[in-house]
Amino acid sequence: MTAMILSWSVFLAQVMLALAMGCAVWRVAVGPRAQDRVLALDTFYVLAAMLLLVFGIRTGSVVYFEAALVIALLGFVATAALSKFLMRGEVIE
Amino acid sequence: MRRVLPFPWVSAALLLLWLLLVGSMGPGALLLGAALALVGGWLLAVLDPPRTRLRRPLAALRLAWVVLVEVFRSNNAVARLILAPRTRGRSSGFVRIPLDMRSPAGLAALACILTATPGTVWAEYDSARGIMLLHVLDLIDEAEWVRIIKDRYEARLMEIFE
Amino acid sequence: MTHAESLPAWAAILVSLLLLLGAGLGLVGAIGLLRLRNFYERIHAPTLGTTLGIGSILLASMLFFTVLQSRPVLHEVLIAVFMVLTTPVTLMLLARAALYRDRREGSAEVPRSTTGEG
Repeated sequence: MTAMILSWSVFLAQVMLALAMGCAVWRVAVGPRAQDRVLALDTFYVLAAMLLLVFGIRTGSVVYFEAALVIALLGFVATAALSKFLMRGEVIE
Repeated sequence: MRRVLPFPWVSAALLLLWLLLVGSMGPGALLLGAALALVGGWLLAVLDPPRTRLRRPLAALRLAWVVLVEVFRSNNAVARLILAPRTRGRSSGFVRIPLDMRSPAGLAALACILTATPGTVWAEYDSARGIMLLHVLDLIDEAEWVRIIKDRYEARLMEIFE
Repeated sequence: MTHAESLPAWAAILVSLLLLLGAGLGLVGAIGLLRLRNFYERIHAPTLGTTLGIGSILLASMLFFTVLQSRPVLHEVLIAVFMVLTTPVTLMLLARAALYRDRREGSAEVPRSTTGEG
């Protein structure tokens, strides 16, 4: 019974996160401005890290944690570089 | 002591992070972690960052608690705002807030606290005049926000960092 | 999910609640990304996911593996620390970039700079 509850809420959480990622992708596609796209991309990265953690719970494997860590790291670097680019038109001054 | 461990807290944090990442307390992990912590401290010493001391650890803990409560409260508030029907009159906007705090570490902490709390984003700081520009999602009364920031955060941060 | 059969009821329910809360906050934040009207309003939306959202999912993961493996599994704290440190930085960088771009275009929606640059 309790395993049922857990597997259903894991499934629901995955659906919600997938929908959220859909929203973020929509904002990346529509814009309207470059900063909106970068913001949506940053959100997408965080949601992806969350989804990987939920996958970890689903499969009972710790490997997904490392993937989530790497995604979070990449998201930060990418967003910082893109913001810098929006500001000055180049990444390294 | 100063030579070997120029930044003892940073080194301790590095060691702790390494042990968490490896997920074991074995001698190998401890040895590698200690090496990482030592080298990390030396590298930071080469960069020579301005030293700041936490004057009041207890006050810092109290501030952390205030921030945690505020994060919960504003998560709820912002989620409601997002899901509310559009007909409700709501205005977002920028507020200029004059700050008395000049300590860079304190200002950085304030910026991080305000930005991490849903509903407020630190946008700019004019260091010559000490005025910060804040964007607030649910802006009802500007004076109210100035008061909130000064009483809730700035006073406490000045107590800790200045 | 056969590996979760051995999980006690209280842990399963707590993990479920935390997961739903976290995913729900992430979804609300993403909806905010769609519904809010301009960039400066939208920049508030993802903070829901990056504070409590990922926080409760990390807590759920920590609780799940700690109870399942009967030993403390705490490495999720690393992601939490990382998120706490990086979220404000990215959002502030983005806000500043957006302000700079809007000012350069002479947009009336943003306040004028007091520092003279931009």
